Amino acid sequence: MSNVRVLVGTRKGAFVLTADGKREKWDVSGPHFAGWEIYHVKGSPVDPDRIYASQSSGWFGQIIQRSDDGGKTWHQPGTPPGEATAGPPKAVSNKFVYDASAESGKPLTTHQWYDGTQHPWEFKRVWHLEPSLSDPDTVYAGVEDAALFRSTDGGQNWKELPGLRGHGTGPKWQPGAGGMCLHTIILDPSDPQRMFIAISAAGTFRTDDGGKTWKPINRGLRSQYIPDPNAEVGHCVHHVAMNPKRPGVLFMQKHWDVMRSDDAGDNWKEVSGNLPTDFGFVIDVHAHEPETIYVVPIKSDGEHFVPDGKLRVFRSRTGGNEWEPLTKGLPQRDCYVNVLRDAMAVDSLDKCGVYFGTSGGQVYVSADAGDSWAPIVRDLPAVLSVEVQTLG
Amino acid sequence: MIRVILPPHLRTLARVSSDVEVELTGPVTQRSVLDALEARYPMLRGTIRDHVTLQRRPFLRFFACEEDLSHESPDAPLPEAVASGKEPFIVIGAIAGG
Repeated sequence: MSNVRVLVGTRKGAFVLTADGKREKWDVSGPHFAGWEIYHVKGSPVDPDRIYASQSSGWFGQIIQRSDDGGKTWHQPGTPPGEATAGPPKAVSNKFVYDASAESGKPLTTHQWYDGTQHPWEFKRVWHLEPSLSDPDTVYAGVEDAALFRSTDGGQNWKELPGLRGHGTGPKWQPGAGGMCLHTIILDPSDPQRMFIAISAAGTFRTDDGGKTWKPINRGLRSQYIPDPNAEVGHCVHHVAMNPKRPGVLFMQKHWDVMRSDDAGDNWKEVSGNLPTDFGFVIDVHAHEPETIYVVPIKSDGEHFVPDGKLRVFRSRTGGNEWEPLTKGLPQRDCYVNVLRDAMAVDSLDKCGVYFGTSGGQVYVSADAGDSWAPIVRDLPAVLSVEVQTLG
Repeated sequence: MIRVILPPHLRTLARVSSDVEVELTGPVTQRSVLDALEARYPMLRGTIRDHVTLQRRPFLRFFACEEDLSHESPDAPLPEAVASGKEPFIVIGAIAGG
């Protein structure tokens, strides 16, 4: 029978939750990296025991951790497990330095600051780690201030893909309330040269040449809070999701509005339909039904909690517009949690499992594609990210 | 032998449970102590000083002999008591909640 392993990043450490395919009885390990913010933990699709984690703190900066045994033990890439080495450093796995070559603009380029002035890029943390679909040693990192880095040696050394930050619209990017972060990286399984990323608040971008050149793909987005609501960039895209079996179709939760694109991001249309509010952070797609999507509506940009004290996942089986609330097993009174952008995931079992974590420290699972829900854990620190691995 | 006291999270990263010691042959300064510390514990690179500028991270401070040395030149000699190993060089994190 297949197993599942859920990787949870929280404000105060990482947790690994495992169960068999029934997804009823869970083992919980952690906290790993206790006391540190874990923005994201994700496993390689090529080698599921290879897992990368982004560990950070306001005091000590960014750390990259790696496990080669499915999350049982961890080490900083370049420093062998258990070793506090003498001698020169073998690697600098936490060194993220922006490229300042002519390709990205020289000297270091600037972006728009909160007050509208230009501000230099300053590295703060890694928001998202996306392991390659073909090589366990290759992994991408989306960082704040927004840029895309890649490691090809298992996380030991990182190099920016400067074509994104330097392609020309960078001076118009600006931070959202959470910082100017590159939070979404989607690799196209049908085309190794194609990749999608999203930035708050700049928008969505696509490369068709392996990351050398990029173009904004935001046509159809409309954001009332920026001077030109239809601008090429400047949109606060919260998350983008894709079903790997249908890579030309993308779904987006924008600051406000749920959107879809049927042409790999070239054009977007709104599919918020009958949602009670179209503000939110997460969005994900059923593993086997590419027109079945999930969101968790949040009351507003000023009130980051679910509306009416009810925790409801909304599911559309029609690719948007028509949504149904999923409530069985979820609290339907006095609930005021948020679900952050990387805190929802789906497994590939049949029936598809759906998982999400909340700012209140609960991680919920549905083993029946959303029809019913149960908490795996109730009292973790605030959940920042949830990923799931389906293990043979 | 220079004694260095690290905050708990950095001890965890360095996989040590108590004070650490580093050996120096030249002048004993903030820079030389941190260079030696990072050479012995490479996983600490970037956690105390910025990788590129080598500036102290904003929420960390350096103390020794009951003095705040955070704003001293990184190349200024540290107190003799630190150089002799009698007193430790202390890396301390700002106290903040959350």
